[in-house]
Amino acid sequence: MGEAKSHNYTINLGPQHPSAHGVLRLVLEMSGEVVERADPHIGLLHRGTEKLIEHKTYQQATPYFDRLDYVGTMNQEHAFVLAAEKLLGVVVPPRGQMIRTLYCEIGRVLNHILNITAYVMDVGGMTPILWGFEEREKLMAFYERVCGARLHANYFRVGGVAFDLPAGLLEDIATWAAAFPKVLDDIETLVTENRIFKQRTVDIGIVSREQALDWGFSGPNLRASGLAWDLRKAQPYECYADLDFDIPVGKHGDCYDRYLVRMAEMRESVKLIRQCAAKMPGGPCKVEDRKVSPPPRAEMKRSMEALIHHFKLFTEGFHVPAGETYTAVEAPKGEFAVYLVSDGTNKPYRCKIRAPGYAHLQALEMMTKGHMLADVVAVIGSIDIVFGEIDR
Amino acid sequence: MASLFLELWQAYLWPLILIILKIVAIVVPLLVAVAYLTYAERKVIAAMQMRKGPNVVGPFGLLQPIADGFKLFLKETILPTASNKVVYLIAPMLTFFLALVAWAVIPFDEGIVLADINVGVLYLFAISSLGVYGIIMAGWASNSKYAFLGGLRSAAQMVSYEVSIGFVLISILLTVGSLNLSDVVMAQKKMWFILPHLPLFFIFLISGLAETNRSPFDLPEAEAELVAGYNVEYSAMPFALFFLGEYANMILMSAMTSILFLGGWLPPFNLAMLAWIPGPIWFALKIAFVLFIFLWVRATFPRYRYDQLMRLGWKVFLPFSLAWLVITAGVLQFTGLVPK
Repeated sequence: MGEAKSHNYTINLGPQHPSAHGVLRLVLEMSGEVVERADPHIGLLHRGTEKLIEHKTYQQATPYFDRLDYVGTMNQEHAFVLAAEKLLGVVVPPRGQMIRTLYCEIGRVLNHILNITAYVMDVGGMTPILWGFEEREKLMAFYERVCGARLHANYFRVGGVAFDLPAGLLEDIATWAAAFPKVLDDIETLVTENRIFKQRTVDIGIVSREQALDWGFSGPNLRASGLAWDLRKAQPYECYADLDFDIPVGKHGDCYDRYLVRMAEMRESVKLIRQCAAKMPGGPCKVEDRKVSPPPRAEMKRSMEALIHHFKLFTEGFHVPAGETYTAVEAPKGEFAVYLVSDGTNKPYRCKIRAPGYAHLQALEMMTKGHMLADVVAVIGSIDIVFGEIDR
Repeated sequence: MASLFLELWQAYLWPLILIILKIVAIVVPLLVAVAYLTYAERKVIAAMQMRKGPNVVGPFGLLQPIADGFKLFLKETILPTASNKVVYLIAPMLTFFLALVAWAVIPFDEGIVLADINVGVLYLFAISSLGVYGIIMAGWASNSKYAFLGGLRSAAQMVSYEVSIGFVLISILLTVGSLNLSDVVMAQKKMWFILPHLPLFFIFLISGLAETNRSPFDLPEAEAELVAGYNVEYSAMPFALFFLGEYANMILMSAMTSILFLGGWLPPFNLAMLAWIPGPIWFALKIAFVLFIFLWVRATFPRYRYDQLMRLGWKVFLPFSLAWLVITAGVLQFTGLVPK
């Protein structure tokens, strides 16, 4: 009897698959349960964001950023408004900066809660996601109280933020920040030292420091590989330079380290949220320059000039001096950047978006080769991808 | 003519009716128990996850399982074009059938058992081994890659854990000296086997989880990887049969655990007060306790990977249960406790 010829088995994981995290279509070539080749197909959520932005004024462009990575929305608005401010040469008042920092950190916690718990669910633990979502609910209520939307905030504006904080919000955020570490502890007791979780994640999808750099990793995935690179420290923007926080760093770059780094990052974010709530300065929350930010309603009733400013801002928008900038922020998923080219008109000439998830997804094959099918799911969970930003 | 009918009645018909009545008396409460096990599962896990669970249909959501059953009953049975239709439909029936027939030898109280056969343990073992066929057939006949992978995993898993279950059973029946399940329970009058055989109890419990494809060994239906595994193509009643079969098997495993280790229908201590409570109630309480562990585990643990599961089965449980068997035999021999 001759040896039976075995051939590889191709399965199509996604785009509608419970662990595809959106619309990932992954063509897997398998030899039994072992993955020989993993070929991610993207573009199922492509909406032409970058092109659409070219046809919108600068103010009208911010909502598109909410719809990229729809988990930590304000962090991405942040990159765009910072880029526009840089071209305009606008300096945001301290209160505006602090509010933005506060909400960026809330966004980071929102993102990490979702990622960690969904990741644990991908490897089979179903309880943390329900514990985590209760906290996410509270955080989204903070979003809602400040801008009226729970998800697609559109709160950051060129020159500051849309509205000032409502009364009592800072106290509530501080109360939440005091209670939240307990929830993290609860989740950790269930997951961190769990033998099965460790068996599923330790030494799975290892990315060495060099590989991480070669593949363009950033954010928690890069830090899990042992490189302490965080834009908030490396090139402090907003008021991160005045705040005290640490950068958690992993050692092995495996799925377990990526989990630990995110877990530790949430604690650092809570630290930052507490500091922001305590140090919140007074004053305006956006620039007083009427060429960039709209005048208050009351002023428009009295001043003709204010009315004209308002009309011009909401029809034509503001003109940005010609120039270009690459402005990056440390979004929850990694380095989120906007390459903004202005030709001096009221619309961006080009707005290239650098999404961290895109770089992470391309390394999927490298990370999963030779692992088993179940590990692919663990790796996808651990690199934290969201298709809104990858497909744009 | 009349005498012939009388003879027929006495020799065949009446016993037949009696047996059917007995079967109904076992199967109907069993199915009700399955329905409410799904309810209990949702409620228990909901409590652990700090949510409410079903609470809309009926008081406290108590009618939820019935509503679910109706829903599945009224839905369309979808037959995938590429499937092998006969095998596809036989598979869930087989699973359900096997989950029910195993109950024939389970004693609910002294003398209350459908078939008091002398090879009860063997019978149970044989039936639970057959259970894998339903799943393989389903995985193969669906002609879907996910179902096929799920079926393969399930087959490998059930076969490997059956081996250690087998050795656990042998250790127990060495201690008892009988393959009759009623004898197994009666042998625990003085001491439940959970005390002398504590490690075996855990092995049996964990193997039971694997055998019934429950978390953390729910690889065949691992939703994160295989969407739903072998039953991914099933809908309506065929799906419901798989579902009922799985839950009936869970109850069966719990019943076996309580018979083998927790003294079956016997009260915990030989106290007159506790003996007042009828045996079947003790039995039900013990089953409920073991089932609670099943649910608790599901809410707590992540899922094993396929190779890790195999390693646990073959490299940990099998050598250990084998060693325990040898130790049991040795101890029984040298202390002169070998049952006659």
